[in-house]
Amino acid sequence: MQFGVFTVGDVTEDPTTGTTLSEAERIKAMVTIALKAEEVGLDVFAQGEHHNPPFVPSSPTTQLGFIAAKTSRIILSTATTLITTNDPVKIAEDYAMLQHLADGRVDLMMGRGNTGPVYPWFGQDIRNGISLAIENYALLRRLWREDVVDWEGKFRTPLQGFTATPRPLDGVPPFVWHGSIRSPEIAEQAAYYGDGFFHNNIFWPISHTQRMIELYRKRFEHYGHGAADQAVVGLGGQVFMRKNSQDAVREFRPYFDNAPVYGHGPSLEDFTRETPLTVGSPQQVIERTLSFREHFGDYQRQLFLMDHAGLPLKTVLEQLDILGEEVVPVLRKEFAAKRPAHVPYAPTHESLKAAAERARELETIEEPTR
Amino acid sequence: MKDRVIAVVTAGLTTPSSSRLLADQLAAAVRDELSARGIGTRIELIEARDHAHDLTNNLLTGFPSAELEKVLATVAGADALIVVSPTFSASYSGLFKMFFDVLDDQALAGKPVLLAATGGTERHSLVLEFALRPLFAYLKAIPVPTAVYAASTDWGPNAATLRPRIAQAATELVAALQHETPPQADPYDNPTPFADLLNS
Repeated sequence: MQFGVFTVGDVTEDPTTGTTLSEAERIKAMVTIALKAEEVGLDVFAQGEHHNPPFVPSSPTTQLGFIAAKTSRIILSTATTLITTNDPVKIAEDYAMLQHLADGRVDLMMGRGNTGPVYPWFGQDIRNGISLAIENYALLRRLWREDVVDWEGKFRTPLQGFTATPRPLDGVPPFVWHGSIRSPEIAEQAAYYGDGFFHNNIFWPISHTQRMIELYRKRFEHYGHGAADQAVVGLGGQVFMRKNSQDAVREFRPYFDNAPVYGHGPSLEDFTRETPLTVGSPQQVIERTLSFREHFGDYQRQLFLMDHAGLPLKTVLEQLDILGEEVVPVLRKEFAAKRPAHVPYAPTHESLKAAAERARELETIEEPTR
Repeated sequence: MKDRVIAVVTAGLTTPSSSRLLADQLAAAVRDELSARGIGTRIELIEARDHAHDLTNNLLTGFPSAELEKVLATVAGADALIVVSPTFSASYSGLFKMFFDVLDDQALAGKPVLLAATGGTERHSLVLEFALRPLFAYLKAIPVPTAVYAASTDWGPNAATLRPRIAQAATELVAALQHETPPQADPYDNPTPFADLLNS
């Protein structure tokens, strides 16, 4: 199982000090967090893409390329890549480029984006969100898999004789996850292609997340990619830890109460009861995270949100130390012990490359009989 | 015939409120009307006030608490609705609107609704036609023609004119109930096949 962090890259005032990072400081802080994630033994660093303040990461491949140069092991991913408002041709090129620079340590998570004005700013309409996600992704897949593409659709200029360069590293396109909180169409899309499905698992009660994942698993099997329990599931989660759980609650409360998304709404106690947010000791985080398996089945990727709502970098780095030293080693062991042998790991560049080679060998062996 | 479920949503603020009083009388009239036709009734009474914090939290976080979710499901699953709002600043109250803002925008499609409002004086009675009726038309509900407004005097000197309005509205709601509302497809149980998504 893969463990990692995902960040939206918000610039938010620290409510306890009244200080706000500059954009430069926040961007560099995100890099520091990514390097720390690798240092403490995490497997994935995923960052958001936004085109409006107070968020800084509008150019994920620039930032991930920079991080790639300073790391050697961690997988670089997105949370999410806007498949609706980005040109799929540019996504194909940018991420193939990143794949080469990062020696294959790249995958992507597609998302639609829910900020209304971003769509018209990029010449689109939010009411076409699902259709854009379906059509753009269908084109993106072809651009990565076919050397020369002739294509015509509803939303972008037709292509005639187009080759996206560079070609994917080793001829293996990056693995793709599809993220959605509540659109069954996106679970259906992920299942159809046999791609991964990611639920951010932060803003919805567990019962909703469960329905989405059950739908994805059922349809994954329907489309013949394997049994439902072999579908590739990723989950988000949100934690804040201190040795003593009361200290965690006391320290995190002002950040929770003033957080951009849910601040000034439900109490910390209500929110931790109704959503997967866990504020407490490392042991509590371990128990809560292990309980996800009871609700969603064996899954392949767990990402934690750790650096939002104005939490200072120093605190975030301490959280990563606790995560890497005390939490993830236990989770790895416990999840591995419970995972049946037929449940696959999340695909990586190496595993996809090996699978492609096996498929080619089979083809060569079968050739004479055809 | 199976019992009909009538969800009553009232947004009165005091306890007891005149909105609740009117809601109870409308619910009783509908129950009597159904029982005269040999049909049983289950009344689900919902006081918006009891869920005021959860409604605000839902607006802020984008999802309902477990308790509010049950209430919203009750409304979505009801055969018909009775809604009662106090009149505030020439319209329904903010709390009343919040309830219908967080409800799924397809939840009331095709559902008969009895509209009612309360206020200090009769002069506000057109709140029913200028505020409530367009709201429920927008939500694709089927508001019955007679809507019931009760001013303070309707609880005393004018009671004789309130009673027939309640009876008339109840009769209309029950008549509208005869039409079966089409069950809504569950997108999780029956997802649109990908081939259809790709070709749409």
